[in-house]
Amino acid sequence: MEKIKIENVTKIFGKHVNSALKLVEQNKNKTEILKQSGATIGVNNANFTVNDGEIFVIMGLSGSGKSTLVRLLNRLIEPTSGNIYIDGDNISKMNKQQLIKVRREKMSMVFQNFGLFPQRTVLANTEYGLEIRGIPKEERRLKAEKALDNAGLLPYKDQYPSQLSGGMQQRVGLARALANDPDILLMDEAFSALDPLIRKDMQDELLDLQQKMQKTIIFITHDLNEALRIGDRIALMKDGEIIQIGTGEEILTNPANDYVKTFLEDVDRSKVLTVENAMIRPISINIDIDGPKVALQRMREEEVSVVLAVNKTREFKGYITAEDALQASKTGEINLVNYLRTDMPTVAKEMYIQDVLSIISDSKTPVAVVQERKLVGVLIRGVVIETLSASVENEGVSDYVPAT
Amino acid sequence: MSQLLDLIPTIPVAEGAEIVMDWLTDTFAGLFGVIKESGKFSMEFVTDFLVSIPPFLFILIIGVLAFFATKRKFGLAIFSIVGLLFIYNQGLWEELMNTITLVLFASILAVIIGIPLGILMSKSKMAEATIQPILDFMQTMPGFVYLIPSVAFFGIGVVPGVFASIIFALPPVVRFTNLGIRQVPKELVEAADSYGSTGWQKLYKVELPIARSTIMAGVNQTVLLSLSMVVIASMIGAPGIGRNVLSALQQANVGNGFVAGLSLVILAIIFDRLTQSFNKKHD
Repeated sequence: MEKIKIENVTKIFGKHVNSALKLVEQNKNKTEILKQSGATIGVNNANFTVNDGEIFVIMGLSGSGKSTLVRLLNRLIEPTSGNIYIDGDNISKMNKQQLIKVRREKMSMVFQNFGLFPQRTVLANTEYGLEIRGIPKEERRLKAEKALDNAGLLPYKDQYPSQLSGGMQQRVGLARALANDPDILLMDEAFSALDPLIRKDMQDELLDLQQKMQKTIIFITHDLNEALRIGDRIALMKDGEIIQIGTGEEILTNPANDYVKTFLEDVDRSKVLTVENAMIRPISINIDIDGPKVALQRMREEEVSVVLAVNKTREFKGYITAEDALQASKTGEINLVNYLRTDMPTVAKEMYIQDVLSIISDSKTPVAVVQERKLVGVLIRGVVIETLSASVENEGVSDYVPAT
Repeated sequence: MSQLLDLIPTIPVAEGAEIVMDWLTDTFAGLFGVIKESGKFSMEFVTDFLVSIPPFLFILIIGVLAFFATKRKFGLAIFSIVGLLFIYNQGLWEELMNTITLVLFASILAVIIGIPLGILMSKSKMAEATIQPILDFMQTMPGFVYLIPSVAFFGIGVVPGVFASIIFALPPVVRFTNLGIRQVPKELVEAADSYGSTGWQKLYKVELPIARSTIMAGVNQTVLLSLSMVVIASMIGAPGIGRNVLSALQQANVGNGFVAGLSLVILAIIFDRLTQSFNKKHD
């Protein structure tokens, strides 16, 4: 069923809007229009429909107009021309009151930098949408607490956003959006500001949520892997134009033009997976502070025989084995610096797994993943093989969920 | 060449300003009279009330207030108590109360006028374009100049003093309110809009709370500027410590001038630190 319909929507920034609009009608592109009229095209004659319960990803590089496009849907940015229908109602023709009603009841937005109000607690942030609708205090508190509970954040309800990590803040952002129980979620680069590992967790969570809730989600991203991972359908944008719309599979097998092809070169099937896709959370100790007792405790807790060592700024230093830690503990040493081993290979998270396979197989230890000398993850042989074999089944696109 | 310039007759700006002033004074004489009488009445009422508080009690209250406002630190509390005792000791107590009344009225009124103006400026480009140059004008014009229309409207006394102080002290709170609201991160404004906030809801649930500390910095500046206007206002008969400064100046009495000046400095520090601590309290 059709939920959102975009019809010939154009957004022009700057002066000389009318002359630019004529050029749009003549199918001129962004550069030509800028040269001839001096106006910048945000979105150039976009047309698409989004079905009920679908995750529709709009993807493109920065400046491609994807963030403008999502803001046209709730008219945070006014379209210059064209029609936007939600459930058959023309949003672009609505007056202020009608628009406010739609924003309150039909759609909620999640922002790249979370958009949480700093002076409000987590609970008060989550209540915001309900509060401005005039829902009684007790009722909105219950709803907000339920939304926070679903996100596993109820214990933090009285904290302020600045007290939470990025991942947790975005969970609050999502809980705030869901507390409103909207039909449509607009997510503007919602996970782009998060660490790679957290981002992956959040993507999984979103997919889980979607299983239960069946919202219509418009998801903006510049990350093709993210788009392929969560999108039922993907729209590729360039210079304000939508170049291709289709399932990930369709776009991969049938790129509409050379631009899409170049874009997809990154996802050459045999090389689609990067270290980032296969790494797991490292088990580490702070070599400056933690002694053998702590190291042994960590190993016991996590059931491993090696812990990675970092300094206080999380720079990767080496690793400590269980035997060494035991030895140090017996001799009564309080510091592990003398037992630090440094022969563990390191790789960058952007490297393709294919290129690091030989490193992994040659190494006696796990392989550390570092970014600007900081430890961000670890590669363990078993997990890497598991990730690779899963991806072979899906023709190179890991965890890709086909359209339903 | 300069002779050529002299051929242009003097443009009668001064005469024009006078005509406008005369017209204002005549037309609104009744209104100005009402403002003057009610203003004088309420200010005398407040001063009388302040004077009626036993000085010892007053000093103690300020000390306790300073103690709690600065998160239970003794610094400002001790300074306030010692400073106020000094002013009492120098026989300037009643003048002090007059000055406090003047500063309170001027700054409260400036804030009441200034914050809405600042909000208006932040919301409308046209309002900003209009008000900005007026504020520049108000801030660069020497404070003395405001005394002339004040006297024309309200005669001499405390009311024209407050009037001149308001004009002098208004710009910071307007500017900082405008700035504070404009500095609210775009994403938060978008968040407020995207959830369907009305303009008012956005203003008092999101923008004003976030701009709060910037606005309070403006309020602090406004309070201090109105205090700095006290001496100038005394030239048109506003009572208070300013009058002592003025008479010391006229009689070239260094000693009295020093004592009165020092008292004003003490008062300024107390006002400044107190308003600042209200700002920090909730951060």
